[in-house]
Amino acid sequence: MTEPTLALLLVLLPFAGALVAAALPVAARGAAAWLAGGTMLAGLGLLGAMLPGVMAGEPARAVVPWVPSLGLDLSLRIDGFSWLFATLVLGIGLLVAVYARYYMDRADPVPRLYALLLAFTGAMLGVLTAGNVLILVVFWELTSLASFLLIGYWHGSPAARDGARVSLIVTAGGGLCLLLAMLLLGHIAGSHDLDRILASGPAIRAHPLYGPALTLFLIGAFTKSAQVPFHFWLPNAMAAPTPVSAFLHSATMVKAGVYLLVRFSPALGETQAWFFLVTGTGMATLVLGSLIALFRHDLKGLLAYSTISHLGLITALAGIGSDGAILAAIFHICNHAVFKASLFMAAGIIDHETGTRDMRRLSGLMRLMPVTGTLAIVAAAAMAGVPLLNGFISKEMFFAEAVDWHNGTWLDDSLPYFATLAGVLSVAYSLRFIVSVFFGPPAQDLPRQPHEPVRWMRRPVELLVLLCLVVGVLPGATLGPALNMAARAVLGPETPYYSIAVWHGWNAPLAMSLLAMALGTLLFFAFARPIAAGPEGPPLLHRIQARRVFDRLLLGLAWDGPRAARALLSSSRLQPQLVLIVLLAIVAMAPILWAAARVAAPADPARVNAGFALMWTAGGACAVGAALLAKYHRFAALVLLGGTGLVTCLTFAWFSAPDLAVTQLLVEVVTTVLLLLGLRWLPRRLAEIPGDRLRAARVRRARDLVIAVAFGSGLAATSFLVMTRPPGGPTVGDWFLRNAYEEGGGTNVVNVILVDFRAFDTFGEITVLAIVGLSVFALLRRFRPAAESADRPAEQLAPTARPLADTMLVPSVIMRWMFPVTIVFAAYLFLRGHDLPGGGFAAGVTLAIAFLLQYLGHDVRWVEGRLTVLPVRWMGAGLLIAGGTGVGSWLFGYPFLTAHAQYVTLPLIGQVPAATALIFDFGVFALVLGATLLMLVAIAHQSLRAGRARPRDGEAPPPPGGT
Amino acid sequence: MEAVLSAAIGLLAASGVWLLLRPRSFQVIVGLCLLSYAVNLFIFSMGGLSVGAPAIMPRGGFVNPDAYADPVPQALVLTAIVIGFATTALFLVVMIASRGLTGTDHVDGRERSP
Repeated sequence: MTEPTLALLLVLLPFAGALVAAALPVAARGAAAWLAGGTMLAGLGLLGAMLPGVMAGEPARAVVPWVPSLGLDLSLRIDGFSWLFATLVLGIGLLVAVYARYYMDRADPVPRLYALLLAFTGAMLGVLTAGNVLILVVFWELTSLASFLLIGYWHGSPAARDGARVSLIVTAGGGLCLLLAMLLLGHIAGSHDLDRILASGPAIRAHPLYGPALTLFLIGAFTKSAQVPFHFWLPNAMAAPTPVSAFLHSATMVKAGVYLLVRFSPALGETQAWFFLVTGTGMATLVLGSLIALFRHDLKGLLAYSTISHLGLITALAGIGSDGAILAAIFHICNHAVFKASLFMAAGIIDHETGTRDMRRLSGLMRLMPVTGTLAIVAAAAMAGVPLLNGFISKEMFFAEAVDWHNGTWLDDSLPYFATLAGVLSVAYSLRFIVSVFFGPPAQDLPRQPHEPVRWMRRPVELLVLLCLVVGVLPGATLGPALNMAARAVLGPETPYYSIAVWHGWNAPLAMSLLAMALGTLLFFAFARPIAAGPEGPPLLHRIQARRVFDRLLLGLAWDGPRAARALLSSSRLQPQLVLIVLLAIVAMAPILWAAARVAAPADPARVNAGFALMWTAGGACAVGAALLAKYHRFAALVLLGGTGLVTCLTFAWFSAPDLAVTQLLVEVVTTVLLLLGLRWLPRRLAEIPGDRLRAARVRRARDLVIAVAFGSGLAATSFLVMTRPPGGPTVGDWFLRNAYEEGGGTNVVNVILVDFRAFDTFGEITVLAIVGLSVFALLRRFRPAAESADRPAEQLAPTARPLADTMLVPSVIMRWMFPVTIVFAAYLFLRGHDLPGGGFAAGVTLAIAFLLQYLGHDVRWVEGRLTVLPVRWMGAGLLIAGGTGVGSWLFGYPFLTAHAQYVTLPLIGQVPAATALIFDFGVFALVLGATLLMLVAIAHQSLRAGRARPRDGEAPPPPGGT
Repeated sequence: MEAVLSAAIGLLAASGVWLLLRPRSFQVIVGLCLLSYAVNLFIFSMGGLSVGAPAIMPRGGFVNPDAYADPVPQALVLTAIVIGFATTALFLVVMIASRGLTGTDHVDGRERSP
């Protein structure tokens, strides 16, 4: 296999595994575990295959073009650092997969857990291997999303939901900041390629946007890595199942932030701002985290705060940024992952076997679980930095950097003191973990009788602890080459080789370590009792909870603030909202008018045609009349509205738009019928509306009249200005006119635009039409008309009324005879559409009118006894045909909805256009027909249902809810 | 001609907006219809007015774009007419349903408190 394939497989494999795992049955615990473990193993194998190239300093790359015009490619690059990190992720992932198989309860849906774990692994590998910073952000947000689902795995528990939500808000919010930072960096470097950005360090640091970019970048990294003041999401995330915590909070999720810091330190670092922000935050987190950890009573809470403090240590190293510091940071990333994963697993075993994680209740477990106890003690010693264990070496390197590296600032001078203080605290909390859980008198009131766990639940812990020991004794021989490879990938190929050794002689770091151990032991034994008896947090400090501040902020931003803003700016009433919208439109129109008025007018506007002016005198009168009568005389208003529509239609015909005229005329017919049918359900307004003549109502009408006149005159002025100015150069329309016949195979350009050039728009539009049709149908199914209009209309109830069939006799015969004629007319409109005015829209509406006339001429039962109309099927078929035509072009290797046109010669008939656009147009036709009919028939059916709802003569009323 | 059409657009828009701000739902429907006529004519007129020059091409050969009406606004308006019909239908049904549910044809579903 080639390198690009390997790299792509590495990232895609976990996602594929996640899909398969999600499809497994709920009870398939073993299969899901095998699948997850197998996927992780396969990933490790892929990494192994890549190693020779990566060792030689040649990153493995893969590029799949995605949106090349935006410079956005799915580009992967795996260098030494990514390789080491990915190995860590997959290795710990494999152990977690084994561990979770035995940890999870029989009642839990285990395949879901594995599916999410695999998806998370894929996202994490994506972050590590992304070669394009935008892709990196995409994967970054995917890790937030996957961890949200993982933390909320037991979604029945409020704590889990809460923790998941907080972590999502904090980390995904940070991700947005990171996106902005990456866009800024891409802007500065001129490319979103990771290599280009890393190589343009000097340009970035000199750029005026360096400050904002750095701030946003750091917010992204700090939220993910739980740095102060964003650390509060991590302890809340402990509501997750322990395998998830072991994975997320040792090797992956939180490490993504420090990965980013280390990765970008050569490009963004080496400035005073970077040092103060990154090292300052890191040191604050280190000290605060270890202090709070000492006071937690919950095992996982202690480990969570310890994780925070170790992340602070790595952050501080990244802030220092010297070659040694970067190497130490990478080393500590690995070491922390190994010992923290084993500790989380050990805590999980204790929880699993005893039923509690409260250190005040646990005691003397060494006697009952000696093997687990020994393992936990070694791992905790590594966490405390005891010599001959891996944690000791990287911590020594940190102390050495704190002492030896200088830039002459106060923060630099104080680094050794803070580092020692954190060391003291970490020794103390590690001791607390060991002593209170494993030593002392046997615990009395545990929920379960503890014993050693099943063998395979312990195996992962054993392996990890063995690693702690081996790396701790032989650091140079085991991890040395890999660490140097990773450091070179970050810092550049000319970085010297660092040999890592356990013994450096008697020097300051060793003295600091010994001092920390002595003081830490003293501290713990002096205060063990008051700490266990005290509240869950350091004295005084536990009152200030970042979480509470966050909750209050969230409440203000997401609830109180919007409510206050709504009360201030909005109204639940429709009219004020509409007034605001119209006023906004007027305000937006003003500057356009102002600018347009200054373009010089051409000399001669066209002469006014008297007929046209007369036509619009009538049209305008109709419009004003409709406006005046719509309140008390709805029917008259409807007739006048139709008059305006007809004049509009004539205007289209006048100014060379036959297609528009045809469509407008047909739609006008349908709209009028529709509104007429609707009027049936609005009771006649007999009395005047109370308060209509009061002063308040008059004032409102006068105000609205002013607004309306302002809007109308503004629009009139705008259209006059635009119409009398010459167009600025050739328009898009010119291109369509030139190419309609050659490329679209039709002579009617408007139709060719609709079904060929812009067919995608039309496709979207008919989809909207289908949705509206279905909504109307669904609304009317549940609709109950107003009580007073449920009865027959007054005209039909009058004693002089004649039966409907008599009244409608002549029209209904004509309408029946016109039915076939209208069908032929619709076919004619459809077939000529590509070359002459007509087309699918017009034909569809025409055929709908043909059906509609039958409904008007007879009653619904008569029509439906003789005609079967299935509007929903017409709509579905239309959408499928239109979509299918689009998909069909894929078969020939063209993009969606590419049309093909040619003329075929049929015997007798001659040349006939045979464009695929015609098939698409047929889809449009079918859908328009179906949707129009569906709406009209649904309204027409209301009278049937109302008829059923009222009791027949001489019958008892139907039981309630019976219809 | 331009002046007449502009005045017509303005008149339709003014009537439409006035009705849009009225409290009865039928008034609002009629207002939206009038406003959509105005807007359709406005968009249509953006391509310039030409008489007797529909955008029907000869089959092949040289095409002089200046001799034909601009097809783009026409295509846009054609879509707008159909969508306008659909929204009118939807609004009408909502109006009928709300009349049945609330017992009033006020747009807010309840009469304005005096």
